[in-house]
Amino acid sequence: MLGFSSIGFVALIFLFLLKEGLPVFFEVKPANLLGTRWYPIFDFFGTLPLILGSILVTVTAIAIALPLGIATAVFVREVSPGWLRDILKPMIEVLAGIPSVVLGFFGMTLIAPLIRTKLGMPTGLSAFTGALILAYMALPTIISVAEDALDAVPKSYRDAGLAMGATHWQTIWRVVVPAARSGIVTAVMLGLGRAIGETMAVMMVTGNAARMPLSLDSIFRPVRTMTATIAAEMGEVAQGSTHYHALFGIGILLFLLTFLINLAAATTIFKKRRRGGLR
Amino acid sequence: MTDRFNCRRGRLRYITQKIGYVGLGLATMLVILPILWVIGTIIGRGAPAINWQFLTEMPRQGMKTGGILPAIVGTLLLVSGTALAAIPIGIGGAIYLSEYARDTWLTRTIRLAILNLASIPSVVYGLFGLGLFVLFLGFGTSILAGCLTLAIMTLPVIISAAEEALRAVPTEFRTVSASLGGSRWQGIRNIILPQALPGIITGVLLGLLRAAGETAPILFTVAAFYLPRLPKSIFDQTMALPYHLYVISTQVPGMPVTIQFGTALSLLILVLSMNTAATIVRNYFRRRRQW
Repeated sequence: MLGFSSIGFVALIFLFLLKEGLPVFFEVKPANLLGTRWYPIFDFFGTLPLILGSILVTVTAIAIALPLGIATAVFVREVSPGWLRDILKPMIEVLAGIPSVVLGFFGMTLIAPLIRTKLGMPTGLSAFTGALILAYMALPTIISVAEDALDAVPKSYRDAGLAMGATHWQTIWRVVVPAARSGIVTAVMLGLGRAIGETMAVMMVTGNAARMPLSLDSIFRPVRTMTATIAAEMGEVAQGSTHYHALFGIGILLFLLTFLINLAAATTIFKKRRRGGLR
Repeated sequence: MTDRFNCRRGRLRYITQKIGYVGLGLATMLVILPILWVIGTIIGRGAPAINWQFLTEMPRQGMKTGGILPAIVGTLLLVSGTALAAIPIGIGGAIYLSEYARDTWLTRTIRLAILNLASIPSVVYGLFGLGLFVLFLGFGTSILAGCLTLAIMTLPVIISAAEEALRAVPTEFRTVSASLGGSRWQGIRNIILPQALPGIITGVLLGLLRAAGETAPILFTVAAFYLPRLPKSIFDQTMALPYHLYVISTQVPGMPVTIQFGTALSLLILVLSMNTAATIVRNYFRRRRQW
């Protein structure tokens, strides 16, 4: 019976999000919901700036974390000697354990001023700062899943590559990494899921201005993400008001987004398992 | 001629490889050094703030002086409550999945549900806790509501870790137990569970660690902005370390930086000690395992 509880909880979570969030679709016109202005006090519930804000921060974060994460996974798994691996892996686990509010605090007090002064920006609390911190929060996930994927590549593949006269380096990039491709894609998906749902750190360092991030320099300007909006405003809204329903509506959107991302990641995992090929 | 050509190409390839390795090493440094920077800075600037008074006194004067006792107690209460709720359900679920469940579409759906539970954003858990426990069940903003919310968030971590630990116990252990006339449940209770215990403990610690550090799920379910007394019952609100750090670094103007770093360090110590404990349990028992 207990095993079924997890299905129950997922259903329950979705049910309660729907229960509290669906009314917003009746109370607010669709044109307003998809508008470009989020000013709940004046009944403007345009979620577009929040969605774009989330996308901007998340995509930038993954753009930073992806090359770093894969390079690190390859280095730890394929290049580094055993003793170094024994130091590096626990360090990366430590990064996974640091609470997001601590990273947010660190970003606010140390990284944001650094970005303001060194890069000459008007403010350090920007999408870029958020993306930087998010990248490091997604890194442990990306590294460990990618490393597992590399680990699952059979030794015979490596031997065959080396036997063909390829150097170790060529074997890594032309044989091992392509063979681990599906696992690496999963790693990126899981990192993406983690980044898009992250709340506290993002809320503390992105400046929280709900404006459309459309100009080229918007990466260095404040943005507001979906998660930060919920966390910042839920404490102050009257229960049952339109604003309250709208925040739950954003929750539904987040739930569905992570659900889809995760489903995509999971199907690659299940497909691999059923094929019985790589482990 | 061909020989010399090959030779030069060979050397070129060797140099490429060397440069490539250095590049990978640098990328790894780019990952590792900021971690050291963050931890080093927080320890360096937080350590001067931490003393007996800081850890055992109530905050005073709008949190600008005094200690963080209620936040520490609150977080410890939340973690214990979460453990109480999540461990039995989590381990029970894992036993079902690894020992009883067959590979049907239902089991696959359960696994998918667990995966999804693990990926739901923490703030959405907060919304859910607000909707179900605080409002629908009428617990109010309380420790009970916070613990249950955190427990559901922790569940997938515990279930997957415990299931993996149970599956790692070789089939022979089960066969031998059955051949000695033990029932399935006796085998699980007396043989499989004790063997898998280290893995389960590691998983539980990692799950609770997440619960201890999360802020978003407790924002609307339990956390009090400023409450300089200890909670009296499970229907009380309480302060908690992560939320306290958020409050004093964003909501209170003119907050002394030492107190902020001291709070960050206290939280970091709590979480990292759980992390270290998990690693030690895992490594210690991995060496002692008989199979």
